Amino acid sequence: MLEVQNLSMRFGGLLAVDQVSLDVREHEIVAIIGPNGAGKTTVFNCMSGFYKPTGGKILFKGGEIQGKPDYKISRLGLVRTFQHVRLFSRMTVVENLLVAQHRHLNTNLLSGILNTPNYREKEQKSLDRAAYWLDRVGLTDMANREAGNLAYGQQRRLEIARCMVTEPELLMLDEPAAGLNPAETKDLNQLIISLKEDYNVSVVLIEHDMSLVMDISDRINVINQGRPLASGTPDEIRRNDDVIKAYLGEA
Amino acid sequence: MAAHNLKHALFCAIVTLIISYPILGFNLASEGTTVTLEGAKTSTVVGVLLAAVIVFLFQLFRDTLMGSLRQLPAVNPLTNRKPMEQSKRLKLDSVLLTLMIIGALIWPFIASRGAVDLSTLVLIYIMLALGLNVVVGLAGLLDLGYVAFYAVGAYTFALLSQYYGVSFWFALPIGALLAALFGLVLGFPVLRLRGDYLAIVTLGFGEIIRILLNNMTNLTGGPNGIGGIPDPTLFGMEFGRRVKEEGNTSFHETFGIAYSGEHKVIFLYLIALVLAVITAIAIRRLMRMPVGRAWEALREDEIAAKSLGLNRTAVKLSAFTIGAFFAGFAGTVFASKQGFISPESFVFLESAIILAIVVLGGMGSQMGVILAAIAVTILPELAREFSEYRMLIFGAAMVLMMVWRPQGLLPMRRIHIELKKQE
Amino acid sequence: MQDLLYFIQQLINGLTIGSTYALIAIGYTMVYGIIGMINFAHGEIYMIGAYTALIAITGLAALGIAWLPLILIVALVCAMIVSSSMGWAVERVAYRPVRGKHRLIPLISAIGMSIFLQNYVHLAQGSRNIGFPALIEGGFRFGAEDSFQTSISYMQVTIFVTTLVCMTILSLFISRSRIGRACRAVSQDLGMANLLGIDTNRIISATFVIGAALAAVAGLLLGMYYGSIDPLFGFIAGLKAFTAAVLGGIGSIPGAMLGGLILGVAESMTSGYLSGEYKDVVSFGLLILILLFKPTGLLGKPEVEKI
Repeated sequence: MLEVQNLSMRFGGLLAVDQVSLDVREHEIVAIIGPNGAGKTTVFNCMSGFYKPTGGKILFKGGEIQGKPDYKISRLGLVRTFQHVRLFSRMTVVENLLVAQHRHLNTNLLSGILNTPNYREKEQKSLDRAAYWLDRVGLTDMANREAGNLAYGQQRRLEIARCMVTEPELLMLDEPAAGLNPAETKDLNQLIISLKEDYNVSVVLIEHDMSLVMDISDRINVINQGRPLASGTPDEIRRNDDVIKAYLGEA
Repeated sequence: MAAHNLKHALFCAIVTLIISYPILGFNLASEGTTVTLEGAKTSTVVGVLLAAVIVFLFQLFRDTLMGSLRQLPAVNPLTNRKPMEQSKRLKLDSVLLTLMIIGALIWPFIASRGAVDLSTLVLIYIMLALGLNVVVGLAGLLDLGYVAFYAVGAYTFALLSQYYGVSFWFALPIGALLAALFGLVLGFPVLRLRGDYLAIVTLGFGEIIRILLNNMTNLTGGPNGIGGIPDPTLFGMEFGRRVKEEGNTSFHETFGIAYSGEHKVIFLYLIALVLAVITAIAIRRLMRMPVGRAWEALREDEIAAKSLGLNRTAVKLSAFTIGAFFAGFAGTVFASKQGFISPESFVFLESAIILAIVVLGGMGSQMGVILAAIAVTILPELAREFSEYRMLIFGAAMVLMMVWRPQGLLPMRRIHIELKKQE
Repeated sequence: MQDLLYFIQQLINGLTIGSTYALIAIGYTMVYGIIGMINFAHGEIYMIGAYTALIAITGLAALGIAWLPLILIVALVCAMIVSSSMGWAVERVAYRPVRGKHRLIPLISAIGMSIFLQNYVHLAQGSRNIGFPALIEGGFRFGAEDSFQTSISYMQVTIFVTTLVCMTILSLFISRSRIGRACRAVSQDLGMANLLGIDTNRIISATFVIGAALAAVAGLLLGMYYGSIDPLFGFIAGLKAFTAAVLGGIGSIPGAMLGGLILGVAESMTSGYLSGEYKDVVSFGLLILILLFKPTGLLGKPEVEKI
C-alpha cells in the first residue's frame, strides 16, 4: 500500500537520504533500522509530509504523496508518532483523543453553537471512540488528567491511541520503545501486533531495540549513512554480512 | 560566598542608582527654545536612595530570605485546597454567574449616571478581552494589533451613519462582519509566521490602520475624527429630547414619562450587557467544540496537530477571524457610546491594555478575563490620584505576572468530560 | 540635474537615519541571536539614552562648560552608562526568570517592560517633547546658488563617522575578544556552551549591555539630529530598528547594518517623493513583506525546524 521509490533528501550540501526505496504491503509490520544519524527519521519526515523530498517518489494507495502538505497526508490515513512524544500536554487525555478526531467531525460552527442533535450525536460518537481506545491502552482512569502529567510509558501509549482514533490505514511509529522498561516494551510489542491483527493496520516503525524489531517485524529495511543497505525478513537480516559489519563497525 | 554576595549586592545597588537617579533626580524643563535643568524634590531623591538601599539589602540577604520564604507554610489557603468536586463546582459556577447577571441588570437603576457610563465601557472591554482571549489565550497567537479590528468596527458605524444614515442595529452586524473580513484577509498571509514574528507583524498592521485613518482626511476626517454618531434606537424610539429622524418616535413621549438623559445611558448599558453576555456564551460554546480544541492543540504543539490532520492555516484563521469579529462588535458599541471617534482611541497602547487584561485574568480563562477587565477599567477611576500611574503599574504587572504566575490570577480550568464505561 | 541633486539629498538623509537604525538594530539582532527573543523594551533603552544625554548636556551648560568635544563625550559616556545599566537590569528582572519558558511568556514580559519604561520616563520628565540642542551646526552645500542645493550637514557627517567607528569596534570586539568569542559560541548552541564551561548568564548580560550602549549612542545622535525628544519616540524607532534587523536577517550583525541602511533610504525616498505621512506605512509594509516572503532576511541563515 505504501511504496517509496528512490527517495532523496538534501539539506544544503548534506545528502541525508540517498536513493532509499522501501515498500509496505497491507497487513504487515515493516521496520526501518540503522545506526544513529542514518537518516531514518528523515525518511519518516518525508513520508509524513514534514519535509518535501528533493528526489524520488512516495506512493500511498497508488497516489503520489511526496510534497503534499502534512495534514493532507494524515487525512489519507497515514499517521505517525514522534521520537520525542508530542502530546498536547496542557489538555486532558480525553481532549487529546478528541482533537485527533477533528476531521471526522464535519460540523460547521453554527450547528455547534446551537448544539443541534446531529452535532451532539457526532460528538458522542467521538467520545465513545476515545473511551474505547483509552480502555484499550489502559488509560481510562487517567481520562481527565492533563496529558503532560502522565508517566512516560503512559504518554507513549496515549500517543499511539491518539493515532488510532483517527482510524489510519498505515501507522508510522518513530522509536516507540525508546525510554520504556522491559515490561513496558513487552506490552508495546503485543499492542503493535494487535493493531495489525485486530484493527487491520499496517505499521512502519523505526526502532533501536533489536529484540522488539526481530520479534514483531515481517520485514526489515536497513539504512546506513542515508543509503539503503539491506532489506528482507528478520532471519535474512540477521545473517546479512553488510548489516553485521555496519553494526559492529559502529560498536 | 559572603564576599561574593556583598560585591553583587553593591553592584546591584549601584545599578539601581544609575538607572534611577539621572532620570528621576533631574527634571528637564523647556521654556520656549531653551531647556533648563532642575533638581527634583527632596522626597524623590530620598526615594531613589532608599530604593538603592533596599536593593542592596535584598541582594545581600537574598538566599536567606528566599529560604525562609519557602519554609513558610503556604499563606494562601487556596493553594493547598483540594479541587472541588466536579458537580459541586459546576453548581457554584452557575449560581455565581446568575448572581452576576442579576446584579448587572439591577445596577443601572441604582447607580449614578457616571457609574453606568463607566460600566458600559467595562462591558466593551470585556467584549474586547474575551475576543482577544480566543486569539492569544486559546490559539496562542500573540496579536498586538487587535485594536485595528476594534477601529474597523467603530469606523464602519461612524462612516455608514455619516454617509448613508445607517442606524446602530444595521451597523452592528456589518461592523462585526467587516472586522472579521479584515481579520481573514490579514490573517491569511501572516498566520504561517512564527509566534514572535506574528506579534510584530500584527503590531505593524495596527499602526498602518491608525496612520491611514489619520491621513485619509477626506474620508475619515483625519485626526479630527468623526462626530455626530447616532445613539441606538429601541424599536424606532429615539432617546434624545427631540426626534432627529423622521418616522421615529421618542422614548419618553411613547411611555408618557418625563425626558431624562439617563434613559439613553441605561439603554446603551443594557445593549452592551446583552452583547457581552452573547459574546461570552458564544465563545464558551466554541471552546468546547472541536474548533476550540483544535485552537488549543495548535497552541500546545503545532507539529503534532498537523500530523493528526489539522489544517494549521484554517484553524488559526478561524481563531483570528472570530477574535476580530468580537472586536468589531465592541467597536460599534464604542462608537455609539462616545458619539465621536478619532484615531487617538485606537493606538497601540489600547492593544496593550486589552492584552494586559487577558494576561492578568489568566490566558484562556473567561471568568478571569471578565474580572480582570472590570478591575483594570475601574481601579484607575476609583483611585484618581493614581490614574497617571496606571500604565506604569500595568507594565510592571505584566512583567510580574509572567515571572511569577504566567497562568494568570484565575487560571483556566479544564473541562471534565464524563466517559461512558466500556462494557 | 536638479532632480539628481534632489535624489542625492534624499539618499544622504536616508543613509543618515539608516545608520542610526543600524545602531539600534544591533541590540535586537544580538539578543535574538543568543536567546531567540525580541527585546521589546530595546526602543525604550534607546529613548532613555537620549534623555540621559540631554540631561548631561543641559547640566554641563548650567555649569558653564562650553567646549563642544567635552560636552559630547560626557553626554555620550553618561548615556552609555545609564542605558547599559538599564539593559542589564531589564534582562535580570524581566527576562532571566522567564528564560526557556513558552515563547509568548518572555515576549509579554518584554512588552510589559516597554510600557513600564515609557511611563517611567513619562512620569519623571513629562509627556511633552523637549527641545534637544543642535550642538553641531553648519555643513557642505553642492549645486548652483539659485536652484536646489544638496546639503550635507556636519551633523550628518558626525552620524556617519560615529556609526562607522562603533561598528568597527563592535566587529573587532566580536571577532577578537574573549567575550566576543564566547558570544558567538553561545549563539551557536547555548546548552553546549554552558557544558563547555562558558558562563552563559554572563554572556547574555554582556549582549544586553553592548546592545544598550549602542542604542545610547544612537539616542544622542538622533536626539541632536531631530532636535527634540519625548518618552514615546523610542517606541517607533525601536520598531523601525527591529524592521531593519529582520530585513538584514535577524541574528546577523552585518545584516543589521545593511537592513538599517536600506530601511533608512526607503523611508527618506517615501518622504521625499510621496509624503512624510506615509513613511511609517512604508517601513511597516516592508517589514510585513519581508517576514512573509523571506523571513530569514537578506543575510540570515535559514532555520531548519527540528522534529
